[in-house]
Amino acid sequence: MASDYIVVCVMFFIALGFVGVALFVAKLVRPRRPTNVKLTTYECGEKPWGGAWVQYNVRFYLVALAFVVFDVEAAFLFPWAVVFKKLGLFGFIEMAVFIFVILFGLVYVWRKGALKWV
Amino acid sequence: MIAGWINSCYESIRNWWVACGIPLVWLDIIRAILLGIVLAIIVVVAVLILTYVERKVAGHFQSRMGPMRVGWHGLLQPIADAIKLIQKEDIVPEKADYWVFTLAPFVVFVPVMMVLVVIPFGDHLIVQDLNIGILYIFAVSGIGVVAILMGGWASNNKWSLLGAMRSVSQMVSYELPLILSVLGVVILAGTMSMGGIVEAQRKMWFIVYQPLGFIIYLFAATAEVNRVPFDLPEAEQEIVAGYNTEYSGMKFAMFYLAEYANMFIVSMIGATLFLGGWQGPLLPSPVWFLIKTGAMVFILLWFRWTFPRFRVDQLMDFGWKVLLPFAFINLLVTALVVII
Amino acid sequence: MAEDRDRILKTMITEDELSAIEARPELKKDYRTEEFWMNVGPQHPSTHGVLRLVLKMDGEVIVDCVPQIGYLHRGLDKMAELKTYNQYLPYLDRADYVSAMLTEHCYVMAVEKLAGIEVPERAEYIRVIVSELNRIASHLVWLGVLSLDLGAITPFLYCFREREIIMDLFEMLCGQRLTYNYLRFGGVAFDIDEAVNPNAPHKFLGITVNPGGERGVDFTTLAYRFAEVFPDRVDDYEAILTHNEIFLERMAGIGYLPLDVALSYGVTGPNIRGSGFAYDIRKVDKYSIYEKVYNGTGIEPPTGEKGDCWDRYKVRIQEMRDSCKMIKWCLDNIPDGPIRSKVPRVLKVAEGETYMRIEAPRGEFGIYLVSDGTNKPYRLKLRGPSFSNLSVLPYMIRGYKVADLIAIFGSLDVILPDCDR
Repeated sequence: MASDYIVVCVMFFIALGFVGVALFVAKLVRPRRPTNVKLTTYECGEKPWGGAWVQYNVRFYLVALAFVVFDVEAAFLFPWAVVFKKLGLFGFIEMAVFIFVILFGLVYVWRKGALKWV
Repeated sequence: MIAGWINSCYESIRNWWVACGIPLVWLDIIRAILLGIVLAIIVVVAVLILTYVERKVAGHFQSRMGPMRVGWHGLLQPIADAIKLIQKEDIVPEKADYWVFTLAPFVVFVPVMMVLVVIPFGDHLIVQDLNIGILYIFAVSGIGVVAILMGGWASNNKWSLLGAMRSVSQMVSYELPLILSVLGVVILAGTMSMGGIVEAQRKMWFIVYQPLGFIIYLFAATAEVNRVPFDLPEAEQEIVAGYNTEYSGMKFAMFYLAEYANMFIVSMIGATLFLGGWQGPLLPSPVWFLIKTGAMVFILLWFRWTFPRFRVDQLMDFGWKVLLPFAFINLLVTALVVII
Repeated sequence: MAEDRDRILKTMITEDELSAIEARPELKKDYRTEEFWMNVGPQHPSTHGVLRLVLKMDGEVIVDCVPQIGYLHRGLDKMAELKTYNQYLPYLDRADYVSAMLTEHCYVMAVEKLAGIEVPERAEYIRVIVSELNRIASHLVWLGVLSLDLGAITPFLYCFREREIIMDLFEMLCGQRLTYNYLRFGGVAFDIDEAVNPNAPHKFLGITVNPGGERGVDFTTLAYRFAEVFPDRVDDYEAILTHNEIFLERMAGIGYLPLDVALSYGVTGPNIRGSGFAYDIRKVDKYSIYEKVYNGTGIEPPTGEKGDCWDRYKVRIQEMRDSCKMIKWCLDNIPDGPIRSKVPRVLKVAEGETYMRIEAPRGEFGIYLVSDGTNKPYRLKLRGPSFSNLSVLPYMIRGYKVADLIAIFGSLDVILPDCDR
């Protein structure tokens, strides 16, 4: 079982190596002539007005919180789906209750207006 | 046939290896390295072909010719582009966070290669048929968004910042319908392994039982690969180039490569889950897989050259108020039908 | 609309929560989100040239906007004082280069009015034909660029395909595709009957001109054929845009421009007609032969109801169809005769002043001309429609998102050389 994941692990390093080699080859070929203007960040041809690292108002904070809840729920659904045929009616009712609770949560969030952008 | 020949070769090497008394793990690692290099080459070639096809298709959609100058009907255009990108100067802005900025191209490319592990390209042509295939795909491919966030934030550029934040909001919108749309397939197949799902479609493709699931998957997958109408993180008319505004040269090429490779990957996953994978009469199995993948890719291209772009809050509405309820309904109905 | 914007303008923190945070200063830093300033333009893909908008942003939402112009200032007003009346005409083509025929039309009418020059009937017809053709070309640029800004690239190329035919027509007529220098005091430079392209294929960019299959095409045939075929092409654009749910979502219900605001800012053209006021200078002033054209074709200026981006879009689409009807009517009814009255080579205009205005594709284009009796204008002032239309932008986009800025700005159809002059 664990040996299955050897290939995943190797693939991870190959991907890193691929990018590394590509960047390295490019480094051998490409010119390097930095100037002050080149090294400024792009702001449509104007001098940047302050940096971009601000406390950004993301505006979908509540949606992101809801997302975490629902995503975990989706992870719970996967094992159920695999053995669903063996579980039969019992499994269906159990999960239907679970999904309806979650769906109720969705409706609640929706009605509360948390899915809206503010 | 070829696959059978490769497998018999592998078997004989394996026997010899065991006879030599070296642990089998090393053989697995060498095999994985070779396969990885082959896959990397396939990714690059596929992306080169895809960029050419996209421009050609776009050209004919728009009553023009597309690339015509470099080679016969512009066939060498992608190679010329690749050479150009290698030669380009790599500019890292002074105010950028150098290490995060440089790391982002690595992070964006890693999931591409890792997802390819579980894709069945043909009969027995699968690198490693993990038993949690689909879950693994979603787990790994989600990392791509992190790379976009890294690149966008590290650039210290307001456009990149907007693009990165849009990318996050987009991920929050499409990820759930994407996962739920696939659950119907898992119920029908009774397994998460990609090979098993293809086997389960021997009688009939799952798109017949899961039309709604397929449509939801299609929309969500389009959003995942940042294609029009969901290309908000890099909407060039609004936020210049989004998260990759500051990227140039090979680092930009990595983002580009990953984006097009992802387009291929979601098409391959869609073909595997809903269109019967590599199965088909007469033609060899990889050819069938390529045809089905090509059809999915064409749909994505068709979207891009037809639709305007969503607004960021409209995408969120669409994901949460249209796709998600439908995905739940699809799941419940599928379960109900299977139980009866 | 207004309530909606207020809702957007409010941040997520309610008054109660705000006071709770105020009570505990140590929380203040964590709850704070910063507003930041951002430059959009002059180097931005969708500011249609070199407009610079300084935006105050709160996340994705625009809090305030200050348009900055002047990157394209050439001093066209001042140039007029140094050139003779004849010499100035080509300069004026650069004022609004997307619809140069109309700016020329305004200028020659102003000079003619002051100098008391009669214009032959046939020349007036030709002027209206080229004006309306140029109006279609200008609206095509607007439609193509608007759809491009919203992310639909294909309609852009379709629009430019049709615009190409108009450019070719003008090339046949006066040899120029963008800056025409075609109108003259007391008439036009060349007759449309002389405008022939002997090498043109019988199929002209998808329009079959000579069914017999012989090559070569003359202006009248192609223009008439274009006016016949073009409404079908507009149907095509509508099929890909008007009937597209995403496009509707992006355009409808944003960028409201109430009529009183529009009036106070001096907004003209399709923008004010989109707000529900049927103010069309062609109809109001009845200059040139427009009275006959309107009576002959029975066209009424299209108006919108709510004044959102969608209404402005619909108005312009309808105007393109109307212009086709006008071109067809003019080509049907054009009289024979001279195309230019006798005007001295060195034109000396009598002392006096006048204001002449026309309906340019973007609104009221006016010229205020003061003459001191010499062969050069004493003072010439251009009134470009884009300047007024642009100045209303900050009012319209407060509280909307960056993506809406692009849609609203695109729907206003501002062109920068016309702003800066």
